[in-house]
Amino acid sequence: MSAVLEIDNLHVAIGAANVLRGVSLRVEAGEVRGLVGESGAGKSMVGRTIFGLLPAKAAIRAGQVQFEGRDLLAMPDKERRGLLGRRIALIPQDPMTSLNPVRRIGAQMVALLQLHLGLSKRAALDRAADLLAEVAVRDPARVLQLYPHELSGGMRQRVLIAMAFACDPALVIADEPTTALDVTVQRQVLQLVERMRQRHGAAILFVTHDLGVVAKICRSMTVLHAGRVLEDGPTADVLVKPHHAYTRALLAATPRADRPADALKPVPPALIESLWAEARRLDQLTATRPA
Amino acid sequence: MADLILSGPISAPASRWRSALARGGARLWIGGVLVALLLLIALFAPVIAPHDPAEQDLMSAQLPPAFMRGGEAAFPLGTDSLGRCVLSRLMYSARTAVSVALIASLLAAIIGIALGLVAGAFGGVPDQSVSRLIDVWMAFPPVLLSIVLAAVIGAGLVSVIAAIVVVDWTRFARIIRAETQAQLARDYAAAARVLGLTRAQALRLEILPNLVPLIVTLLAVEMGIAILVEVILSFVGISVTGDTASWGGMITEGRQIVYQAPWIMALPILAVIISVIGFNLLGDGLRAALDPVQRR
Amino acid sequence: MRWSAILKRLALIPPTLLGVGAIVFVLLRVVPGDPIAMMIPPGASPADIARLRALYGLDQPLLAQFVTWLGQVASGDFGRSISLRQQVFELVGARLPATLELAALAVALALMMGVAVAVVGSLLRGSRLEWLLDTANGFFLAIPDFLWALILLLGFGVLLPLLPISGRLDPQLAVAFRTHFYLIESLLTLRFDVAADLLRHMLLPSLALALPFAALVARLLKAQLAEAEDQDYAQIAHTRGFSRTTILQREVFPNALIPTVALSGVQVTLLLGGTVLVERIFSYEGIGNMAIDAVINRDFPLIQGLILTFAVLFIALNLAVDLLVAVLDPRLRHG
Repeated sequence: MSAVLEIDNLHVAIGAANVLRGVSLRVEAGEVRGLVGESGAGKSMVGRTIFGLLPAKAAIRAGQVQFEGRDLLAMPDKERRGLLGRRIALIPQDPMTSLNPVRRIGAQMVALLQLHLGLSKRAALDRAADLLAEVAVRDPARVLQLYPHELSGGMRQRVLIAMAFACDPALVIADEPTTALDVTVQRQVLQLVERMRQRHGAAILFVTHDLGVVAKICRSMTVLHAGRVLEDGPTADVLVKPHHAYTRALLAATPRADRPADALKPVPPALIESLWAEARRLDQLTATRPA
Repeated sequence: MADLILSGPISAPASRWRSALARGGARLWIGGVLVALLLLIALFAPVIAPHDPAEQDLMSAQLPPAFMRGGEAAFPLGTDSLGRCVLSRLMYSARTAVSVALIASLLAAIIGIALGLVAGAFGGVPDQSVSRLIDVWMAFPPVLLSIVLAAVIGAGLVSVIAAIVVVDWTRFARIIRAETQAQLARDYAAAARVLGLTRAQALRLEILPNLVPLIVTLLAVEMGIAILVEVILSFVGISVTGDTASWGGMITEGRQIVYQAPWIMALPILAVIISVIGFNLLGDGLRAALDPVQRR
Repeated sequence: MRWSAILKRLALIPPTLLGVGAIVFVLLRVVPGDPIAMMIPPGASPADIARLRALYGLDQPLLAQFVTWLGQVASGDFGRSISLRQQVFELVGARLPATLELAALAVALALMMGVAVAVVGSLLRGSRLEWLLDTANGFFLAIPDFLWALILLLGFGVLLPLLPISGRLDPQLAVAFRTHFYLIESLLTLRFDVAADLLRHMLLPSLALALPFAALVARLLKAQLAEAEDQDYAQIAHTRGFSRTTILQREVFPNALIPTVALSGVQVTLLLGGTVLVERIFSYEGIGNMAIDAVINRDFPLIQGLILTFAVLFIALNLAVDLLVAVLDPRLRHG
């Protein structure tokens, strides 16, 4: 199977701080890979690099990002914009702030469809209604006429999911799409994402800090800490027989239905310390190495 | 990004002043210099002015400034219709402007702060009444209000000061009210209440000292406004009377003969602009310098 | 905005006007300054003075005067101007359109300039030129309208005599207007020569009114554009492949406009208040200019009528701005 996304030895720094230290990662066609790590591990930086949304002071020091064999970083802007939203899409984290408050849902979806698929307004509206029906929105025609503030958080997230899959992308990056939602809605959203994936045949890079979510829908996973990949492999393997101490610690800290609550152990600070020390040593090594 | 979190040492008071000055930047310096210049001229006008501002010399009426053709060295910036030295009048006008600005701003501040504190601290009925009062007050066109007031009281310094106070106390009141409410909502104020301070004591000991930087900033802005109001009132013939020199008076006189002797109107306008910009920059600079310290 | 909110606002207007009227009424009569004394010719007998005083009802007790005045106002009679000897209603009606045209032109100019500067400033974000633009903008903001009027008068009226500095229309252009909206009428009747002359007279005063307001709009809009561009929905638009121009147009600008209108809308009333002095400086025949004369002459009926007119305009403007914000922001329209 050919890789849809291939990240090779990516080094990104913001000012003097390194946020991604030689990250390598591969997503095959149709695969669902989890990208796991705590806050500040660099998970969102990976997505930002792909979408070209790095902050102004950020610099890509080294590495390559290939999408379907094409070099994303070296690509001219116009070409990349043709891919974004169409072949690579984002499901954003916070549904409350991710939609333009002064435009109707229909207008926002139609704009996207017209940009990438060149549909007429009528055809775009029809397709938008179909997409909303796919994400289990009742009465799509009515919802298209509404403004975002007239919808609940869960509904807005569905709209965002629909927009992500609207152009049949090859890769969807889901940026912690369940974090801002309450638990009951989380399950529905996960099921929805999985259903859409099957229907539209996309690969998904699922960025999350929640091992439970990874266990549920990701076939493979990558563990990130301090911008470094610590562990990588099929989810079943990694969660049952983790190689790295950090992964083991994460598992021990994750609440499980089959374990009493008092068996939870926080990740030992000493382990975190040693990981950061390793990261800093790595920084020194890469700094002194000739470019 | 844990390695991005840098904890700095707790800064000593001296360096806090220095960082405040740095934050104020160019605005603070330029504004400070201009205002200081104005104050100096106002203070030392009797010493540095070449002539008595009321001294008329009808033989030398409407002379252009010395650097223009027809000007005389004795009158560096020319003379007006009555032969009075423009430069001297400009300097003495600075005195008028500064005294009016200082007194009016302080009075407006006292009234506005008092009402603002009461409204912000006590809430309920006092707040409602003060807020209603401010709303109705602000429904009046300010220029018209001050003109009406000054026309009613009659010309002179007192009416100018009264007009400024009457029109602009609401500026202080609104901002102080908002700040007081914000401060009271913060933790340390709640802590003070727990410690048993009455509301009045809390106001005096905790909140008022924290409002001082804000008040200083507002005063600087207010003084710029006061100078402008004096000009406005002069323009409608309701400012200082007789021989007292004021920029507004000079502008009004100059407007009548603007084709024949444009400098009589242009020079006081320049003086007003420089003063207003000076106070504005100072106010801006103070706000920038003092604000972040507030929030810490 | 919901209809109930609008109705509530409208319902508050009469009491507000009543309050304004009462305050002005009392203020004028309670303090020194006798309008009759100002208009009596020399050699008038005490009987004449008394008769004049009775004519204007100034010999009645204060409360009686107020009640009489209220009754008159309710039937549309705003009294008779003491200095100009005509009905206040007619006098104000004749001059009000001039001021409205001036203010409208000023607002239009201000919006054009303000938006242009804000957009340019946004494009220049981060560069050295941006600092220059901000500083220049601050300068324009710091100078109030009447000071600009004086500067423009000096600059373009005297030193470079390009434009007229007084009046509304060249007296040699003999035109019979049907309404007092000279500019609108001349445009509608295709008298472009007249319209051009009117505009030449209006340019400097409306520019004076417009400049500080334009600087305010520019500063506000520029800041709001920057803030809107940082919002999630604008950033996410990048991930969908839209160009920066499209994003600025469709996502950023409409959202930035809302707080800009809300915050600068308050200042439009200040612009209107500025007509008092600016009209005076340019001898422009509007209600602002009339107001100053009325005050100097202690013309009570006229002063009251003018202040009420201004108050109505202020209230109407505030309401219009709030409605505009509700139109722009769908979140305000639904409960």
